Amino acid sequence: MTGVLWPWAAAVFRRAVGAAALLALASFILGPLLTLLVWAFAGTWLFPNLLPEFSLRWWAFVLGNADVGKAIRMSLLSAPTATLISAVICIPAAYAFARLEFPARRALLLSFLSANAFPKIGLYVSIATLLYRLDLMDTFTGVVLIQLVNTLLFMIWIPTGTFRGINRNLEEAARDAGAGPLRTFFQITLPIALPGIMVAGLFAFIAAFDEAQGTLIVGTPNHMTMPVLMYNLVLSYPQPVGAVFSILLSLPSLVLLLFAQRYLRAGYLAAGYSL
Amino acid sequence: MARLELVGLNKRFGAHTAVRDLTLEVRDGELMCLLGPSGCGKTTTLRMIGGFETPDAGDIRIDGRSVTALPPERRPTAMVFQRYNLWPHMTVEGNIAFGLRLRRRPRAQIDAKVRDVLALVGLPDVGGKYPHQLSGGQQQRVAVARALVLEPQLLLLDEPFSNLDARLRVHMREEVKQLQREIGITTVFVTHDQEEALTIADRITVMHDGVAEQVDTPSSLYANPRTLFVADFIGTMNVMPARVHRADGAVAAGPWRLPLPDPSWPDGTEVSLAVRPEDLIIDPAGAAAHVRRVMNLGHYLQVLADVPGVGAVRLFTDKDTPPGEGQEIGVRIARALVFKDGRPVEVGRTERPAAGSAPATIQSTAAPAAPRGTDLDGR
Repeated sequence: MTGVLWPWAAAVFRRAVGAAALLALASFILGPLLTLLVWAFAGTWLFPNLLPEFSLRWWAFVLGNADVGKAIRMSLLSAPTATLISAVICIPAAYAFARLEFPARRALLLSFLSANAFPKIGLYVSIATLLYRLDLMDTFTGVVLIQLVNTLLFMIWIPTGTFRGINRNLEEAARDAGAGPLRTFFQITLPIALPGIMVAGLFAFIAAFDEAQGTLIVGTPNHMTMPVLMYNLVLSYPQPVGAVFSILLSLPSLVLLLFAQRYLRAGYLAAGYSL
Repeated sequence: MARLELVGLNKRFGAHTAVRDLTLEVRDGELMCLLGPSGCGKTTTLRMIGGFETPDAGDIRIDGRSVTALPPERRPTAMVFQRYNLWPHMTVEGNIAFGLRLRRRPRAQIDAKVRDVLALVGLPDVGGKYPHQLSGGQQQRVAVARALVLEPQLLLLDEPFSNLDARLRVHMREEVKQLQREIGITTVFVTHDQEEALTIADRITVMHDGVAEQVDTPSSLYANPRTLFVADFIGTMNVMPARVHRADGAVAAGPWRLPLPDPSWPDGTEVSLAVRPEDLIIDPAGAAAHVRRVMNLGHYLQVLADVPGVGAVRLFTDKDTPPGEGQEIGVRIARALVFKDGRPVEVGRTERPAAGSAPATIQSTAAPAAPRGTDLDGR
């Protein structure tokens, strides 16, 4: 009897452990987000109540705040600008890294890691002294420059790998058909590399959008981006304000992520990398 | 149509010499194969013709006009690569029309040309598809179509079918040969597959270590290889070491004695003997051999036999009198090429029996026929 029962019990036990692990993982990932959501829509939340009373009061407060509007505008201007500038600088460089042999190629490629190899705050302070000399403190240009520190790495490394993954035959075939080097790059190489470049752009945008330390140093008091304002809000206002603002902060990357996922799934792309 | 001349081409990659002093003429409308093992310089040569590599020295001329200094886009050549030919972000139609659009042809003309060339390669209905929706063979056909649509003077093919399975490969090369005949385009075809080269080429350039060893028609390449490398590389060949015995007036290889083709050769000279399997004839009066294996290759048998002092030799025989495995047989040499200092001298003559007749019915002397002693090609 037990001999028949035992395997059944073991299976149940295994499934229970699996379910518990999944639940733990889910609560670890989703728990904070859920808390955030609850807080964002909380009115008053007094002790014995499991859930607060629902309210949009803090949303009205946040969206009505002039500083918040300014920061949103600042973020939505500076992050795309930084992404665009880094694309213009980095994509030709990435192509050179992928296709050309030149002295110190590896060393140069690795040098893009260096910005991430040291404590950023030290780097930002020394950049700030430089920007002060150049009269770029508390300017839009200064904010974009400081955000570029974070975007360059993504915009170099990912497109370099993408370009390297594109078979040279595809470019040579275009030359063979009569296209010059520039036309070959813009009509053949770049479109085939586009998915990789989109991913790089997404990472770069998030890195720029998320940047707070450097922007705080360079941009205060008049050029505050959303993450910088976050410090202010969390320190000076009740908890729901921070929650509301967190949601606002994650919206752009969420939208971009969904867009990218949809775009990257397009069927023909896989064929560029393997026949 | 066009004539291609390569004059003293040289190409080095670092310390490695890929192509050395290559001089070659491809005639108008000819299909020339560059054949050789991997690393022999055949692909480098083709890439120099197409403009993808710059020769260190030498000249490339098409119809007498030097194109050496021109980039690929300004050469009248079209290349089909081994793989990764088609641009994955364009439809088949877009791929083929790319070069025509660059040339600003009118839209109606482009449409008509694309339709015609797709029909020519036997794929009339794939214009709207993307490359990844096609099979490997179809992709290569589209690549050929894309090359042909620009009406190049010279078609360059770089092992275009080596990634296809064996049956399809045979089919495709027949198609390409037919197509090439139809439009009469001068073609250079790179391959490492000697069967492919022998079946489609008008002439073959056998390359080895960056050097053109021999340029010849398939049949004379097979019958009269001019170097030991070509002899060994083309078809099946038994190559065995031999030595000159002046006292006997013979070249000795194991138990075999062949008449000395040139009495002036010094005694003891090391030479190489190259014998085709069909020139080894089962004959009771021949040298003793032990049959190790008999393989049925369809309409004939391949016999692997051990000959003392020589080692294993391969010989072809028909199926009427099959020797058994483990049996002792006699084998004689009807025709051989003796390579001294890398140059061949023919000894004996081919007596390939007509299909169906037994090899045992031919003359019973162990000695091969009298040497003709002609130095091939008068060298």
